[in-house]
Amino acid sequence: MKRSLIGIAAIALVAAACTGGNSNQGPVQTVNPSASHAPVTLKVWGFYTEHELANFTEVVQTFEDKYPWITVDMVPGKQFGDIVRGINAGTPIDASVDVGPDNVAKLCASGGWQDLTSYMQADNVDFDATFPASVKSYTNYEGKQCALPMLTDAFGLYYNKDLLADAGYTDPPTTLEELAEMAKALTTYNADGSIKVLGFNPLSNFYENPNMYVGNAWGATWYNDDGSSAFGTDPAWKQAFLWDKDLADAIGYDKLVQFKSDVGGDNSEWNEQHAFQVGRLALLYDGEWRTGYDPEAMAKLNFGTAPFPMADDKTDLYGSGLIGGTVVGIPSTAEHPSEAWLFVKELTTNADFLSTLANKLYNVPTTIETLADPTLAADDHFKTFLDIAANSNSRFRPLTTLGTGDADLEAAFLVKWEAGKIANLQQGLTDLATQIDREMQLG
Amino acid sequence: MALFMAPWLIGFLVFIAYPMLATLYYSFTKYNLLTDPIWVGTFNYRFMWHDQLFWLAIRNTLWLVVFLVPIQVLFSISAAVVLTRPKRGASVYRTIFFLPSMVPIVAAALGFAFLLNPAGPIDHILGLLHLPRPLWFEDPQWAKPGLLLLGLWGVGQIMIIFLAALLDVPAQLYEAAELEGAGPWQRFRSVTLPMISPVIFFSLVIGVIDGFQYFTEAYITAGGRDHVGEPQGSTLMYGVRLYQEGFQNLHLGYAAAMAWVLFLLIMLCTAVLIRTSDRWVHYQGGFR
Repeated sequence: MKRSLIGIAAIALVAAACTGGNSNQGPVQTVNPSASHAPVTLKVWGFYTEHELANFTEVVQTFEDKYPWITVDMVPGKQFGDIVRGINAGTPIDASVDVGPDNVAKLCASGGWQDLTSYMQADNVDFDATFPASVKSYTNYEGKQCALPMLTDAFGLYYNKDLLADAGYTDPPTTLEELAEMAKALTTYNADGSIKVLGFNPLSNFYENPNMYVGNAWGATWYNDDGSSAFGTDPAWKQAFLWDKDLADAIGYDKLVQFKSDVGGDNSEWNEQHAFQVGRLALLYDGEWRTGYDPEAMAKLNFGTAPFPMADDKTDLYGSGLIGGTVVGIPSTAEHPSEAWLFVKELTTNADFLSTLANKLYNVPTTIETLADPTLAADDHFKTFLDIAANSNSRFRPLTTLGTGDADLEAAFLVKWEAGKIANLQQGLTDLATQIDREMQLG
Repeated sequence: MALFMAPWLIGFLVFIAYPMLATLYYSFTKYNLLTDPIWVGTFNYRFMWHDQLFWLAIRNTLWLVVFLVPIQVLFSISAAVVLTRPKRGASVYRTIFFLPSMVPIVAAALGFAFLLNPAGPIDHILGLLHLPRPLWFEDPQWAKPGLLLLGLWGVGQIMIIFLAALLDVPAQLYEAAELEGAGPWQRFRSVTLPMISPVIFFSLVIGVIDGFQYFTEAYITAGGRDHVGEPQGSTLMYGVRLYQEGFQNLHLGYAAAMAWVLFLLIMLCTAVLIRTSDRWVHYQGGFR
């Protein structure tokens, strides 16, 4: 019995010893690009695949041409989980590109991605002079700048000018009250009561609508100063969810659910059946990529873009919106951190790289210089999103080590609320806050 | 002797014993893969007790086990009985019934998500017949029944085992029963069922184990990582919740604790089945 216990303990110790950990960051060294160097191959893990990968590789090629002693070995299709497992296994990853900022806090807090502050200081990269204030919200966690932004999404309103004109509207809504009124006025029904043309779909599980309820339009806060969830205490959340349900009930909740199915469900967001593109949706909440995602279909539409409306008591925030996008970092397992920093710096601050990539991928660039690029701003539809990204009130939701955990819990709650499964909204919001606070305890 | 056992022993230690013990250790830690595990004692287990989503996952999974497993067994037996009938073309019919179980589960789930799309072919046919058209995987009331249908579609492997068991029932038992005046239903109840009861027992045990570990179909039909548990948490199965906590939220310690609770739950259910099998499982050789 004693021997077997010792054996079990030994195995447990081996298990503990086999766990990964991050290496401590030592003093940083940057590279003098004009000096001669021995050849270096950088391993870069990124999420890009297919045509995005092809576009990204083209830009990387210009980096290799500029610094011929550096070869970039792109490893595509790598998501956050892959990056984490790679770091845990000690895989030498010099730089990694993550699709979004949800997990920046985890990477910053754990040291999985290195703090770039020392690199920036050594290379005289002034964050505030280079990047708009809005992007700091999703690249810096508790003072650690472990990520830099490389292109972002910006969310706003698309509107079908013809459908609006038919109903007597010439301008898009700027307040949520106006949006609700227009949504109801623009909705038409078939003989059987189903929706023929929908003014606006407020349901949170439709296309990009989950991002609408991140709180920007109501100026809602996610966390109190003490770090506890603010869902139960900030009245803006109750205001947001009541607006959602009131509009959904006015149009008809069941009819909205049926409408989503009629237009092809979630898949229709990415194919030719998209409700806005086929003229069955007058007002759409979406990101900047929609302007160029299906150019043929969008060319047939007489549409406009505008910032998303704000709550009636938050009109001073009009012009801002939700932003958040690709982030780049240097993992703790980087074999060539100095060259990796050169790569990260060029990718995130070089105006030519960023403008080229922004044009190719129809994403918003993330430096002050490129946001003012006249070639990008030439497209009026796209310019709306450049302005949103440049607005100092635009932000991502607060970073926490929960990653998407808090947003997932909110989304699940919202779906139930919209379906009428929550009898008391305030109590429900308080319970949601408690649930998020408890989830935080898991670390 | 040890040398002969070495391959199995090494495999057992590396692929079974070590992972189990490692998971047990991690279940008492907070661990996110990026930093070393932090010992937290029974915190994960105590957290589980108050986790609403954990209990939702338990309820959803139990629903599936309670309904899917018996219905799968009944359907498999029925299909196997039907397949014992044809004299000509039996192998063709058996192949047709077996083929769906060979389709990769992800492809099958995607296929059913298409078929049961409210704007898809099944609802279209129902509409033509003036029957109600459920929203299936868009409606929390119909999502699990949709998973039931998907589960029934892939019973080929169990059906083949039942078919073999049915064909193995000694003909003289049926003859004797017929001589005694037993009708078709009495012969089925008193001869067929007892003779295939070991296979029913096996199917129930395997079905319960698979049911508690249900993941792929629920994850795929809900829409993947951005739609876990949809609609409205109705497809949040235990396996899905475990995956979400472990591999999306990186709460590996908590996920490890959930894994051990699942293991104990399955052990308990299996033990109950084995314990009760004395009363209704009959082995031809008389062994138990």
